[in-house]
Amino acid sequence: MTAFFDLALPAPVAETIALVLILLGAILCLSAAVGLLHFRDVPSRLHAATKPQVLGVVLICLAIAVSQRTIGGMLMGLLIVVPVILLQFATAPLSAHMVGRQAYRNGTINQRSLVVDEYAESKRTPPAAG
Amino acid sequence: MNVLVIAIMVIFGIAALLCVVRIIRGPSILDRTVASDVLLTEVMCVLGADMALNGHTRNIPVMLIIAAVSVFGSIAVARYVARRDNPTP
Repeated sequence: MTAFFDLALPAPVAETIALVLILLGAILCLSAAVGLLHFRDVPSRLHAATKPQVLGVVLICLAIAVSQRTIGGMLMGLLIVVPVILLQFATAPLSAHMVGRQAYRNGTINQRSLVVDEYAESKRTPPAAG
Repeated sequence: MNVLVIAIMVIFGIAALLCVVRIIRGPSILDRTVASDVLLTEVMCVLGADMALNGHTRNIPVMLIIAAVSVFGSIAVARYVARRDNPTP
């Protein structure tokens, strides 16, 4: 059993896989930043910002796990890295939701670009809501 | 030094510069909040890339803390932004 955990990828293979994963993550970061600069109002900037960013973090965490080379090391790396991914999955939609709702209430949203506006029916914001 | 490593560093640098440009130019404070959130996540990505390239796992606690705490900045700003929605209640 320990022999199975000691099986290792050859060093150049593991390095190349990790480099390609990091490169993909970096390109996703760059696409998030380009979308941030390119779009017009806050909700579309949020759309550009949150999704590629989280996928980039996932790819880089996979690269950390792969760069440990042995199979036991990879499993250990995955175990270390999974809390980071879970926290990122939990908190990114939370902040995006709060910022998007406040952008709607603030009027920094392009009203003509909306197809359906279900939020307009509740004119009064409840007292303790965000 | 490998070509891929240089490409990765250049791409991270360009992305950070674009985020800083949006932080400076952003018309409202919510744009700046979104851009700073992206910049913080990119710091996390750079820490992870450093771990994977140099083959150590010392930065994991920093990544964990950043992933857990970075949400509070956006939430605090979004709660205390001035509200202009109900001129006549």
